[in-house]
Formats: sequence, structure tokens, C-alpha cells
Amino acid sequence: MTDTDTTEPEGTDQRFRHDYLEVRGLRVEFDGFVAVGGVDLTVTPGDLRFLIGPNGAGKTTIVDALTGLAPATGSAQFGGVELVGNKVHRIARSGVGRTFQTASVFDELTVLQNLDIAAGSRRGPGTLQRKRSGTPPAVEEALETIGLAGARDRLAGVLAHGQKQWLEIGMLLVQDARLLLLDEPVAGMSHAEREETGQLLRRIGAERTVVVVEHDMEFLRSFASSVTVLHQGRVLSEGSVAHVQADPRVVEVYLGSGSRGRAVGAGTGS
Amino acid sequence: MSAQLATARERLLAGGRARTLGGFGIAAVLLFGVAPAALSDFRLNLLAKFLCLAMVAVGIGLAWGRGGMLTLGQGVYFGLGGYLMAMHLKLADAGPGGVPDFMLLYGDGTVPGWWEPFRSPVVTILAIVVVPVLVATGLGWAVFSRRVRGAYFAILSQALAAAFAILLIGQQKVTGGTNGLNGFRSFFGFDLADPVNKRMLFFIAAGTLLVMVAVVRRLMVSRFGELLVAVRDQENRVRFLGYDPAKVKVVAYAVAAAFAGIGGALFVPIVGIISPADVGVVPSIAFLVGVAIGGRATLLGPVLGAIAVSWAQTSLSESFPSMWIYFQGALFILVVAFLPGGLASLGAVWRRRRAGAEESGPATPPEPTPPDPTPPDDAVPAAPGDATTAPATSDSSAATAGRLP
Repeated sequence: MTDTDTTEPEGTDQRFRHDYLEVRGLRVEFDGFVAVGGVDLTVTPGDLRFLIGPNGAGKTTIVDALTGLAPATGSAQFGGVELVGNKVHRIARSGVGRTFQTASVFDELTVLQNLDIAAGSRRGPGTLQRKRSGTPPAVEEALETIGLAGARDRLAGVLAHGQKQWLEIGMLLVQDARLLLLDEPVAGMSHAEREETGQLLRRIGAERTVVVVEHDMEFLRSFASSVTVLHQGRVLSEGSVAHVQADPRVVEVYLGSGSRGRAVGAGTGS
Repeated sequence: MSAQLATARERLLAGGRARTLGGFGIAAVLLFGVAPAALSDFRLNLLAKFLCLAMVAVGIGLAWGRGGMLTLGQGVYFGLGGYLMAMHLKLADAGPGGVPDFMLLYGDGTVPGWWEPFRSPVVTILAIVVVPVLVATGLGWAVFSRRVRGAYFAILSQALAAAFAILLIGQQKVTGGTNGLNGFRSFFGFDLADPVNKRMLFFIAAGTLLVMVAVVRRLMVSRFGELLVAVRDQENRVRFLGYDPAKVKVVAYAVAAAFAGIGGALFVPIVGIISPADVGVVPSIAFLVGVAIGGRATLLGPVLGAIAVSWAQTSLSESFPSMWIYFQGALFILVVAFLPGGLASLGAVWRRRRAGAEESGPATPPEPTPPDPTPPDDAVPAAPGDATTAPATSDSSAATAGRLP
């Protein structure tokens, strides 16, 4: 499981060759407080990268900076497009999609409508002023992938928590996002839902670049192909799960001395 | 299971279409048949005035109910359309090269250059639509692209209405000041004193309103309508999907402005006067009250609410002069506090109550759904395909969709 990152890129489609995320010297400051202080990060397609770190380490801020929500300096390129300083909707159109800690789907619209909107950012006025007449193939495919085909006409607001998160991921798929930034996708999920989400991420991550911000250690050990540990706005350690868990600095600031044995034990056990 | 669901949904949609056509038919019969037969000329003219106010309400329903923009300054667009029409009528009454009477009284007896183009009826009619749309697009773009929303947008549009009224009052030589523009004798060559022509104005207003409702219905069921609701509820999420929400909002706002402008333009020959008192802060709020009471997120709620509130205002003012404003305020508070979806959501609320009490699926009019122990608006982990309650749920929540921003 831990060596998936060495074998996956070989099988990756040629189309996605240049779709890697390259972050250099990313820096985010709020009124003098340095939330992210010069982060370098490279994530390639097929890699399921987890960003972890204690509260305030800057994980979500990095995602915000990459999607144009937080003002940043430095450079972050994806597929040759500079993300820093770009407008939110332009970043989205260049193939970068994200989810939020609290699922933000359109509660008053059905699952199908949610996905249809996600698929339509390039629609012209002619298409927009007409009624939805069919289901775009990409939407149909995403409905199957996220397992909500039977719930297509339900309002998104009445979905279970886990289903909302899957719907969000489905929206990224039909949006044709090739870089997926997921902010705590399994928070609040049951064990079974976590397992399903992990499998889903593995499926869609095979040909996309996926970055997951996560607190859940068990989920990380089961599904991460590589891990970046952040601490106080800087990269503390990076590598495979085993490598990171063995790093004494990580153990010190993040896992704490008490959790070391448990973490490493579970890691080798999986 | 999903096939069964799809057919149920299709049937519901088809029913919706038939119902809509039927609704338009009934409205047409009422407006073109019953109203002229049953009402005196005076009452019919009054109803025509209410229809003009309802045009503004249709636009507000789209921009506020569906788009979440609390448009507290629609008086500006109403006034733009109204004054443009009034300028043309004054110039037409004065004859070719003539000077409107009030300019002789207050001004230096010459027609200002910017009045001249409105001697042409074609230019005037175009301007009545184009000017409000241009102003709304410019203002909307400036505001929405800077992500000014909610109360800030409301205050801004309200201030604009106040400024517009003050500007009109201050420029008495060219706008008639507090008196406004009045004393029109003809409307595109037709004598306004003739009851037949008054009646024709009513028919024009009724037809225009029906067209506007049809346009808004089409926008509501289109992809744009779905997108507009998405922008209302999760503007940032829409942005992260690659859309520019400002564009979506500007379109809805501009449509609302165009409707308000046309309503104002028809208001002028029907009522016979347009003055700053028709375009300032108070009328702008009054436009909103009718929409809120009727049900802002629905198609007909704004129209019926606006007509009902205007009618109530007129009849109550006849028996209790000066009490109306208190009544209006109380009604507004009651609706916002206890029925945020407006009167249009009463049916849905009642259905939900009953469904909850009987512990059965909510009864949708076309076909009772099989008993379902779960209340429709409960967040239940869904078994795929367990969506038989979806149409009813969407019905009720569409009606109660509006929240105060």
C-alpha cells in the first residue's frame, strides 16, 4: 500500500503528464500574522497526498491560497497556470476544484441540478436560458461514481452528511477538476462512510492530482500514498506514511510522545 | 426504482406545465373578460395602476426571491421609466418644437438639449427599457463584482432611491420638482380623457404583466434559474465551480430594472402624474412589502401580493385615512416573523403540518404517495431510490425558500 506512489505514475495517462501541482515559496500573511511562511510542495497525478498538522499549522490556509480565497505571495502552478493572484473562478476553470470542511452543496436544488450546475461553467447564454433537457454524460458518470444515482431527484439539503460530501466530490468530477483539494472530507463520517470515501478517492485519484487535508490518522494510514506534515506554516516533514511517522520531529510536535507507539504500530499493521 | 421515479417526475412536470397554461388562461380571462365587465371605469383604472406596481414586483421576485438581492431601491428604475414616458408625453402635448407648460412657468422657456430626443416616440420606448437596464448593469456590476451583498447592497440601493428623489426635487426647471410631471392630455396621439382609451391602457398593462410573468417563469425553470438559486444560497461555492456569480446576479438585476422601468412608464398615462413621491424611499419599500407578503420565491406570489397590498391600501385608506402605514408595517413584520415564505407558502406549510400529524407521506395533489414514516424535511440517511417524497419536498421548500439575507 505504501509503495503505490512509485508504481502509479507509470500507468498514468499521457494527458495528465503536465498536470502536477508545484508550489514554491507560498506565503500568506493576515495583518502581520504569518499563517503560511514559505511552503514548497510538489504533487504529481496519481498521488494521494495528505496534508496534516496541528491546528493552526496552515493546512486550510494553503488550500485557500491555492484557490484564490486567501491573498498569497510566492508561486503556485498547476498545469502551467499560475494560481497565486488569479481570480477564484478563473482558477476553477483552469482545473482546480475544492471542497469545504462543512459540505456546501446547494440545499434547495436536487442532486442532479447540483451536478448539472457544476458541469456548466462554460455554458453560453443560449444554453442557460433554456430548460435542462437531458443529463450530460459526465453527470451521469459522476452519479454512478459517487453512488448517488438512485438519489438524483432528492434535494441536496436532505442528504445524509456523508452523501453531501460525496456529492461535493462528484461536483468536482463533472467540473473536470484535475487538481482536487479536499478539506477534511471524512470529518463526521461513520466508519463505513470513511471506508467508502477512501475507496472513492483512490478511484478518482488514479488519474488526478489529489490533496487531502485531514485530521483522521486512521484514514490517513489506510489511504494516503504520501504525506506532508505542516507545523506553524512551514513544511516539517514529507514522504511516505512510514517515513513521516518515523520522523522524530513529527512525533515531537504532532503525534506527541504518547501516541508514537500506537501510530507506528498501526501503520505497519495495515 | 429510478425509472419509476423518473416517470413520476415527468408526470409532475407535465402536470406543472398544464397547470401553468391553465393558470395563464384563467388570468387572461379574469383580466380581459371579468375585470372590464365587473368594474367601473374608475376601479378599472385603479386596477391598471396596481398592475403597473405588480410589474415592479415580478422583477423583485426574480432578483430578491430567486437571486437573494434585497432590492430596496427599485423606485429608481420605476422613476426612470416613468419620467422618460412623462417627458415624451409633455413634449407631445406641447406639439412640434413646443415647450412643456411647467418649463414656461419655472424655467427660462427653452427645452434643454437632453429632453429633445424624447420628442420621438420610438426613442422614448427604447429608452424606457434601455436606460434602466444600462443603469442596473453598470451599478450591479460595480457592486456585485466587489462582492457587496446582503444588507450593504440593500442600504446602497435604498440610498440611491433617496438620492434620485432629491435630485428630481432639486431640478425643478427640468423635472417639475416636487410637483413632478402631470397634466398629460394624450398618449401617443390618443386622448387620455376618453374612457375607451383608458380602458385600452388597462389592456396594455394587463398584457404586459402577463408577458413579464411568462418571461420570469421561463427564467425560473431554465438552467439560469437553477444557477440563480445556487448563487443565492452558496455564492462562493458557485465561484469555485468556475462561474462568475456577479454576471448571474447582474442579469437578474437588469431584468428586474427593465420590468420596473416598463411599469413606471405605463403608470404615467394611467395615473396621470409621476413625482418624486412615487420613486423615493417609501415607494421603494412599498414595492418590497407586497412581494414579501405574497411570497418572494414563487412565481405568482409577488404579483398577487403587490396587487392585494395596493388594493388593501386604497380601500383601507378610504375608511381609515392615515392608518394604512401602521397596518402595512404590522403585516410586514407578521409575515417576515411567522411566514418567511409569504402567503404563497401557506399551502405548503399546511400540507407539511398535516403530513406530520398523520405520519404519512405528504399528499401531492396529482397522486397520493405511499405511506412513508419519515417526515419529508427530515435529514434521513437515504437509501438510494427512497426518493418518493422528493417532489413534495421540493414543492414545499420552493415556496419557503426565501430567507432574509
